[in-house]
Amino acid sequence: MRAGRLAFLVGAARGLLRREPPPDAAYAEDAVDPREYDATPHPRAEVGVAALLALGGLLCAAFAVLVVAHPDTQLLGATLAAGLGCVGAALALASKRVVPQEVHVEEREPVPPQVDEALAAEARAGGEGISRRRVIAGAAGLAGCGLLGALAVPITALGPNLDGAPDRTPWRRGRYLVDPDGERLRAADIAIGSFHNVLPEGDPRALEELGAPVVLVRVDPRSLDLPPERRTWAPEGILAFSQICTHAGCAVTLFRYPVSEETSKPPALVCPCHYSTFDVRRAAKPVFGPAVRALPQLPLAVDGQGFLVAGGPLSGSVGPSWLDVRQSEGGA
Amino acid sequence: MSRDADAVRWVDERLGAGRLVKRALRYVFPEHWSFLLGEVALYSFVFLLLSGTFLALFFAPDISSREIYDGPFRELAGMEVTPAYRSALDLSSVVPGGLLLRQAHHWAANVFVAAMIMHLLRVFFTGAFRRPREVVWILGVVLLGLGIFEGFAGYSLPDDLLSGMGLAIAYGVAMSLPLVGGPFAGLVWGGEYPGPGVIESRLYILHVFVVPLVMAAVIGLHLALVARHHHTQFPGRGRRESNTVGNPLWPGYALRSVGLLLLVSAVLVALGGLVQINPVWQWGPYEINRSTNGAQPDWYLGWLIGALRLTPEVEVRLGDLTLVPNPFWGGVAFPTFVFATALAWPFLERRLSRDRGAHHLLDRPRDRPWRTAFGVAFLGWVVLVFYAGAADRVFYALQISYEGQVLVYRWLVLVVPVVLFVVTKVACDELRRSGARPARGGPPVAVIRRPDGGFEVRPPGD
Amino acid sequence: MRRRLRALALVLGVGCAGLALWSAAAGGQQPPPARPGADPGLAERGRALYARSCAICHGEDLRGVRGRGPSLVGAGAASVDFYVSTGRMPMSDPTAEPERADAQYPRRDIDALVAYVGSFGGPPVPRVDAGAGDVARGKESFTENCAGCHQVMGKGGIVVGAQVPAISDVPAGQIGEAVRIGPYLMPEFDERRLPAAELNDIAAYARYTAAPANRGGWGIGNLGPVPEGLVTWLLAAVALLGIVRLLGERTR
Repeated sequence: MRAGRLAFLVGAARGLLRREPPPDAAYAEDAVDPREYDATPHPRAEVGVAALLALGGLLCAAFAVLVVAHPDTQLLGATLAAGLGCVGAALALASKRVVPQEVHVEEREPVPPQVDEALAAEARAGGEGISRRRVIAGAAGLAGCGLLGALAVPITALGPNLDGAPDRTPWRRGRYLVDPDGERLRAADIAIGSFHNVLPEGDPRALEELGAPVVLVRVDPRSLDLPPERRTWAPEGILAFSQICTHAGCAVTLFRYPVSEETSKPPALVCPCHYSTFDVRRAAKPVFGPAVRALPQLPLAVDGQGFLVAGGPLSGSVGPSWLDVRQSEGGA
Repeated sequence: MSRDADAVRWVDERLGAGRLVKRALRYVFPEHWSFLLGEVALYSFVFLLLSGTFLALFFAPDISSREIYDGPFRELAGMEVTPAYRSALDLSSVVPGGLLLRQAHHWAANVFVAAMIMHLLRVFFTGAFRRPREVVWILGVVLLGLGIFEGFAGYSLPDDLLSGMGLAIAYGVAMSLPLVGGPFAGLVWGGEYPGPGVIESRLYILHVFVVPLVMAAVIGLHLALVARHHHTQFPGRGRRESNTVGNPLWPGYALRSVGLLLLVSAVLVALGGLVQINPVWQWGPYEINRSTNGAQPDWYLGWLIGALRLTPEVEVRLGDLTLVPNPFWGGVAFPTFVFATALAWPFLERRLSRDRGAHHLLDRPRDRPWRTAFGVAFLGWVVLVFYAGAADRVFYALQISYEGQVLVYRWLVLVVPVVLFVVTKVACDELRRSGARPARGGPPVAVIRRPDGGFEVRPPGD
Repeated sequence: MRRRLRALALVLGVGCAGLALWSAAAGGQQPPPARPGADPGLAERGRALYARSCAICHGEDLRGVRGRGPSLVGAGAASVDFYVSTGRMPMSDPTAEPERADAQYPRRDIDALVAYVGSFGGPPVPRVDAGAGDVARGKESFTENCAGCHQVMGKGGIVVGAQVPAISDVPAGQIGEAVRIGPYLMPEFDERRLPAAELNDIAAYARYTAAPANRGGWGIGNLGPVPEGLVTWLLAAVALLGIVRLLGERTR
């Protein structure tokens, strides 16, 4: 029995690896002369072509009138498409029924090898009488490198180096958090299970800076699981993170907050681009999706009047990773 | 001389192209409908050039400032918009015929890439890329890549919510290039994203000038080489490696070709007027802290969003440095591998099949089972990744868990290509053995009634 | 006597007509739900209904049952009205996502449940007036607060773990309730986060998304590139292949 199965496997493998047999006889060179010529007139087709051309012309003219008089997109599209279609159909019909139908034969003209030999010889002749070939070749190589450099380097004028930019954000200790209308946020106004889009106060260019947008959420403070050095960063369970996804840079605008966590999912921020999911209670650690780095966290404090203020800079580099990006403290 | 000859003489004396044109008029085009797919792509490109020129006369490539919108789209009243978005809105409302041409232009881009892919598949599965046409093939693959880039650049220009998200992702992918990603992305955007707004004018000049120029030149070279080698053809009556048999250019083929140009334009204009595409006034303006559910790139980049979503959370780090960030695998490595394989294929096949001869007669796909099986498997792999990119809408429609789909797809992309390869190879071998022509309804047969009442199927003439 | 009767009839008639007009203008297909405490008999009926249908998962004392249903203390009239009139509750599988369905109770029973559970505290049924809202302001607010889950044209989508419903055909009252309570996995937005005027704007925008101005022609779902790609391949490519088949010829 085992030998039979083995034989089957061997046979299947052989079948798979079998080399292709040569093309069959049906492809052998055919000596039949395929040329044809048929100039029979088809008067009805000719009338048809004329009618289609006329109709097409009228429809295109109608389109031109509509552009000036009543440029409704659907009407314009319908008339122009119908006009073009009629003229196109007329030409197609003409090509198949009106003009002479011909099958013609052309012989191919491959490039004769003697030409290439002559070409190579011609090129070589250009070097007759040159004595110091290697010196000239070396110098030419130097010139080439220099020229290439001269052509390529101006590209660097296109822009500044990123050097440290993802770590230079407008957030620093004492910067107030404001909503999109510019109003400061009170800690007492942040309900558990809500999320807020936040910007740094007094920054007119906030929406031109990747580090500026922050998302604020509030969870039950007893459920927090932050690393020890961040215990004070989330007063009353209010958490703030950079809103720019650390995978590819989209804005993280989905906040998942369950009514009943035990029969559904834990609270998380989710990015709509590739569904990277960040567990907010564990400092936005990624728990699903392609993101590797946690969202940088903004330490929060509450001032004397109850307003939310940043307690320091963001915990890590904002946005998509590159070489110099360090892992967020306590992140993935 | 007759009047026609006078006219021709007038032109020829000044242009000196008479002999060339005389030969060109008798140039032979072999007949098969699948040979017209390249022309569909070509005419879509022509349509893109013409419609794009019109649009460029109205579009303002500026995202460095904002103004309050007060135009016909009431749902955007009072919103802060950039001049780029504003000019796209105006094209879609105030300019007569503007929305028609904007939409037709966008449909044409979608159709252009689709036609190129259909043409590429025809060329691949019939072996038309073999010696001496390897350079033609390479130019074609380059055109496909340029077309995809051009489309992305084009729909990113209006600065709407959807395309703005796409540009952010492009930045993330650019950053993910090992070692040079940061400086490179900073170079292109003029600083950290979103930068001072120069990305808009750079994309614009690439989209309306540099890339179309390069593409036109490459298309010209592509066609010139096709003409130089003359077309390939299927085997048949009187068709040999040493000739081409078909319609001469004049009058039949020229009429048919111009007819095709007009019919392709008709389809694009019909779509442009009747089927809405990229309604930027519905997406709203882009800001870096905004995003929407269900955002997708145009279909020809769907394979990349699929790759980005499927890639597991893997990065390559060296100490504190990130050598290879995550978006690199799906956003750079995957498409590079696909395009590199496509570019190298003529040379790979020559080496593997040990067939270094010139070929002007085409293969039936079944006669090259290895190539056909590989092509189906490779295409199936890419298409599967493409489908994975829409898994969220599948979840919405069919309630199949998204996380579950991601896991299943990660295994499918490894298993399905192998299965496709085996099935295709076996199918090819079987078709060749049996001589059946399923697409043409099978070989002619005679159905004979047996004396005992049953039926028998025999080849005719038996 | 007759004159007084006639006057009374006139006043009543005008009053009824005015009431009818007002409720039609408010877009109410159903009369607004009763406020808790308005009718003690209603709350008593609600208690009986609750004990029969809801206590098994949410507890006799409304404090929830582990592994089955959350506490309803503080859930409020808004929660009960939302969940029960959208048919999401009662549901049999506690681990499944609640889905919109036909309401399983008639209006009076829903009012009774609302009166009973609402008496335990929590957000009241909000007053939402889509007619008083501004579509443009609503679009801006919706984009910033809702589009991440509900899609910028309100066509719904996905958050990892749940399907997010489309909101184009949801009555304004239910939109308001959902916004205030944050059902299932949705976050909540109270009056300080989203004032009543802004809620009206959002309701107005949601109503707009049911019939948006598709100036470009057939809207194909307002979903973006996915249906556009389908049209490219299933309409355009098919049409062009057909044209090319007609134009070209087969090698004999």
